[in-house]
Amino acid sequence: MQVVVCVKQIPDPASPSKLDPDTHLMVRPNDQVLDDTDRYGVEMGLQVAAATEGTLTLLSMGPAGSLQGIRQALAMGADKAVVIDDEALKGADALTTARVLAAAAQREGFDLLIAGTESTDGYSGVVPQQIAELLDVPALTYANHVEVEGSTVRIHRQTDRGYDLVEASTPALVSVTAGVVEPRYPTFKGIMDAKKKPIDQLAAADLDAEIDVDQQVVEVSPAPERQAGEKIEDGGDAHLRIVELLERAKVI
Amino acid sequence: MALSAVWAFVEESEGAPGTLGLELLTKAAQLADRAEAIYLGTGSDDAFAALGAHGAKKVFHLDAGEVLPSAPVAAAIAELIEQHRPDLILFGQSYTDRDVAGRLSARLGSSVVSNAVDVSHGDDGLTVTNEIFGGTQLVSTRFTGDAPYLVVVRPKSFPAQPTDESTPEVVTVDLPQADPSAGRIVESHAEEREGPQLEDAAVVVTGGRGLGSAEAYQLIEDLAKALGAASGATRAIVDSGWVPYAKQVGQTGKTVKPDVYIAAGVSGAMQHLVGMKDSKIIVAINKDPEAPIFGVADLGVVGDVHKVVPKLIEALGQR
Repeated sequence: MQVVVCVKQIPDPASPSKLDPDTHLMVRPNDQVLDDTDRYGVEMGLQVAAATEGTLTLLSMGPAGSLQGIRQALAMGADKAVVIDDEALKGADALTTARVLAAAAQREGFDLLIAGTESTDGYSGVVPQQIAELLDVPALTYANHVEVEGSTVRIHRQTDRGYDLVEASTPALVSVTAGVVEPRYPTFKGIMDAKKKPIDQLAAADLDAEIDVDQQVVEVSPAPERQAGEKIEDGGDAHLRIVELLERAKVI
Repeated sequence: MALSAVWAFVEESEGAPGTLGLELLTKAAQLADRAEAIYLGTGSDDAFAALGAHGAKKVFHLDAGEVLPSAPVAAAIAELIEQHRPDLILFGQSYTDRDVAGRLSARLGSSVVSNAVDVSHGDDGLTVTNEIFGGTQLVSTRFTGDAPYLVVVRPKSFPAQPTDESTPEVVTVDLPQADPSAGRIVESHAEEREGPQLEDAAVVVTGGRGLGSAEAYQLIEDLAKALGAASGATRAIVDSGWVPYAKQVGQTGKTVKPDVYIAAGVSGAMQHLVGMKDSKIIVAINKDPEAPIFGVADLGVVGDVHKVVPKLIEALGQR
């Protein structure tokens, strides 16, 4: 089975995020990391590819930079990567991103297309569904369990109350949640191999994708801050202060 | 100039319109002369009356049955848009809503703005407000293309308020025939639930990594029980498999605004704060005096959850 997994390089969440005051776009350093939530999709893809004697291709849109984040995913075991980086895609909205990824997925060919539910830096949470619609394939979303049997994909789709068992035929898109599988850590050999694996870098013009962003950020302002209250050290009776507060709030 | 028609996507939940959908409908009625609901579910006179009470003049009723709804529902809404030309469609930041909004956006070629916490309309058009960086920054976005504009709104951004007693006109909309191989729901599983729902509870008690182990989550359950509260969890312990996803509070989980929120062993990662920072009163218990959760807590207790929480449960039991 030909598996394609969408991944994203994002600024390291450990350092504070910044917006460019003029463009309102997120400042992206040269060294970006693999979005942690994408490790689940990559692991899922590796397991499906291994079970079906298939291949795994990574697909990513955004500033390529040092490609550090892409190599992290290659080090886990992906075969190759396609990265679309283009000045014209700066400030792309969810739909433009989906158009580019859909065009690239079609160019590569796939039986199973995997994506995370939402990225950690943009979290629009609609890109996988947009890709599925553009490619006219089923979208099995919010999967916390995935099984592939022949050409049938069966998932547990999270719901407010629990989950639905949902199935569809390939080609299909699956969006996975954190926890769908336990992502592996790259081995030393994996890290060394990743340096030699092919990374195709494409421009927007290489794909027949429409770039048309119909939304514009007009203002960014600080949100009203919540004031911190009292902070006490527990000397053995802090629980009494909590009881007092619960009484005042009239919840007990 | 007011908007002429605003639609709200309302999904059925246990036989009645879901709260999130009613929040959207209330907002739609404030924004436009004509608020209309797209209602996905089995439907009933009571359900339609509730939609009317929250401002819907008209209800487009769609029932997908066991078909995975996103693709056929998006196709049906696209047809309705052709006929009725709404200015704006509000969806909720939840599961099926995002599936339909995403598919519809791609189908129409219309931009979508997600994670909205407010939508306003003035002389210069429609403005959508988002929170970024854990709710510390507000971003205002305008649409520059053609209507309808698609907005995905975070839960609890607006109150759901019944205002009107009128009975809405109900239009049954047939869904395009869907091939079962394009996605079907084989069966549904509901998790056992005790006590109040996270979204509706007056008090919420949440546990995080600071509990140390999956077994220690029992402390959270016990405290919740003593308070008649709902129990919640951080993403960290959900991802670790300690508790089911349905308990997750935060960006990728539930948004709660209870009267009192008690965070035990929760560090206060941005992705968590987004889901609870609008609680009326926040109490935090954490060993680490530098934990970011103390930055939003009305009462912060620097201490061991394994000592403070059992004493709290005992004190509550003696009342």
